[in-house]
Amino acid sequence: MNETSAMLLDSGGLDRLIGVLGARGFRTIGPVVADGAIGPGPIRHVVDLPQGWHDEQAPGSYRLHRDDDPRLFAWAVGPRSWKGELFPPRSVVWRSSGEGDSLEIVPVVDEAPPVAVIGARPCELAALSILDRVLGTSTHPDPVYRARREAAFVAVVECSTPASTCFCTSMGTGPAVGDDRAGDEGVDLVLTELAGDERHHFLVRAASPLGGEVLAELGGEPAPGWAWSARDRLLAAAEGAIGRALDTDGLAPLLARNLDHPRWDEVAERCLSCGNCTLACPTCFCSSVEDVSDLTGTVERHRRWDSCFDLGYSYVHGGPVRTSVSSRYRQWATHKLSTWFDQFSTAGCVGCGRCITWCPVGIDLTEEAAAIRASDGAGARAYARAGAAGGDQP
Amino acid sequence: MSARPTLAVWKFSSCDGCQLTLLDCEDELLAVAEHVDIAHFTEMSSASVDGPYDVSLVEGSVTTAADRERILAIREASGLLVTIGACAAAGGIQALRNFTSVAELARGVYAHPEYLDTLETSTAIADHVGVDLELHGCPIDRHQLLEVISALLAGRRPVLPSYSVCQECKQRATVCLLVARGRACLGPVTRAGCGALCPSLDRGCFGCFGPAESANTASLARRLAADGTSQAQLSRLFRTFNAGAPAFRKESVAHDAPPAER
Repeated sequence: MNETSAMLLDSGGLDRLIGVLGARGFRTIGPVVADGAIGPGPIRHVVDLPQGWHDEQAPGSYRLHRDDDPRLFAWAVGPRSWKGELFPPRSVVWRSSGEGDSLEIVPVVDEAPPVAVIGARPCELAALSILDRVLGTSTHPDPVYRARREAAFVAVVECSTPASTCFCTSMGTGPAVGDDRAGDEGVDLVLTELAGDERHHFLVRAASPLGGEVLAELGGEPAPGWAWSARDRLLAAAEGAIGRALDTDGLAPLLARNLDHPRWDEVAERCLSCGNCTLACPTCFCSSVEDVSDLTGTVERHRRWDSCFDLGYSYVHGGPVRTSVSSRYRQWATHKLSTWFDQFSTAGCVGCGRCITWCPVGIDLTEEAAAIRASDGAGARAYARAGAAGGDQP
Repeated sequence: MSARPTLAVWKFSSCDGCQLTLLDCEDELLAVAEHVDIAHFTEMSSASVDGPYDVSLVEGSVTTAADRERILAIREASGLLVTIGACAAAGGIQALRNFTSVAELARGVYAHPEYLDTLETSTAIADHVGVDLELHGCPIDRHQLLEVISALLAGRRPVLPSYSVCQECKQRATVCLLVARGRACLGPVTRAGCGALCPSLDRGCFGCFGPAESANTASLARRLAADGTSQAQLSRLFRTFNAGAPAFRKESVAHDAPPAER
């Protein structure tokens, strides 16, 4: 973190930031209130941001309320992460026309203007860094994601008001940027909103050359010492306000050796297999391709978001592999917290809590993991008993 | 199929809304007519060509003894039989009769119930003959209908989701009404296909596309009950256009008042 290049802006300075990015050709998006939730939307001025709004989250429940709080970012995370801006729910991969010898397949190039995200959270930055690994720099990158991500400007606002469903401290992804996994990579500006004693400021530091250039255009004063200590107090309080935890100690092997734990069947009694957790998750990246043809002879290949909670998701020749809901929940949970390490050397979870809040029946990933930890090996013991009684072992 | 396959549209007990969806394909209707020979479609023309037909679209449920005979003949005359709509797939709203006595209903509604000749139940087409494909919805979605026609012409499998409406809400960035507003919504247990129309207009899903694959209606009902939905409301929620679909039927019956309290 470069303290020397940090600036202190007021909300007019934030307004200038939006204007400068717009003038540089970015489509500026940030958190806006719509339909009872805070989510990504177009912003042109600071007044578009959710001043005074707060979210109250619990398993299966989300409510907004507003008061005279001057802060713009006094809420945690909304239902939609920034994933959808960089990895759209549906995109056209190629288009073809003609037939036989005249068949032509034309790749479709994404022509969306570059996006500037203002107001992502540290946990969401960690999610972007996961997606960068999966969709951006892997052997088979997603061209739309890669192009949009490379062109994107990202300004993160550190978190002051976590929700009851948040557990970023367990995952090392917040509430500050620079905590373990929410490092300074892949972000251009880091902001901390400071409010109190009639003052309302943003401590802004550049985290990339472009971020530095943009910050220099905004004016403002170099960040004074009080702003840094105010930031420290704010983030310490935010950290203390995180009430939910996921014990990650040995979690990956714990889940890997409990694939037959009876808890998977118990959670399946509640699970709707609706896929909300995966679609709200900022790191779930699964997609399917579909070929679509119309009566005029145009054929298109579409890539669309998919979910491991769908029966069709595990369809291979002859039928689906994961027919039971318990096997689908287990697939998702063990991927997030166990096999993701094997694939990508990190957990697939950033502790944002969206899967908990947006599950219509409030299934809590941290509670499920804790239940398995509390009776580690329960499934294996059931097999051992079956074996002792002379039954076949699967 | 030949260069211009023949298409027939048949009606059973229904409101005609699903077959009218074909006429609602305004922009694409000429292309459809160009590619298929519409041999029998009484909402469009009283002219009718005799079978056999390459494809039959069947709307409506079986509610009379005559229906029962007619669907056998249609199956016989059809290459592919595609049912359209909730009536054909699950018995429709008229399957409410399956939960009570038809004689009692007839006495309550008609001055001369003796003129009626009807079966005790309203049942799905697939309960009577083999069905090659079911299009769900009340009414069906015209994009899905066009997709099926396009796929059949191209000789490919149509892309029809069996997942939940929630996925469509998320794809179109509709905020969850259940979680953010506490509204009763059948989206999590209902098959996608409508593009999450009702939730996008601020109304919980009615379940008109019928149960999604692996619909866990009991768990959703527990959540809705915890939000204050009464047992009677729960019963009615699952007992609408797809009352006869097994998953919805079972859930609606589970919330019926015991006979003594009715």
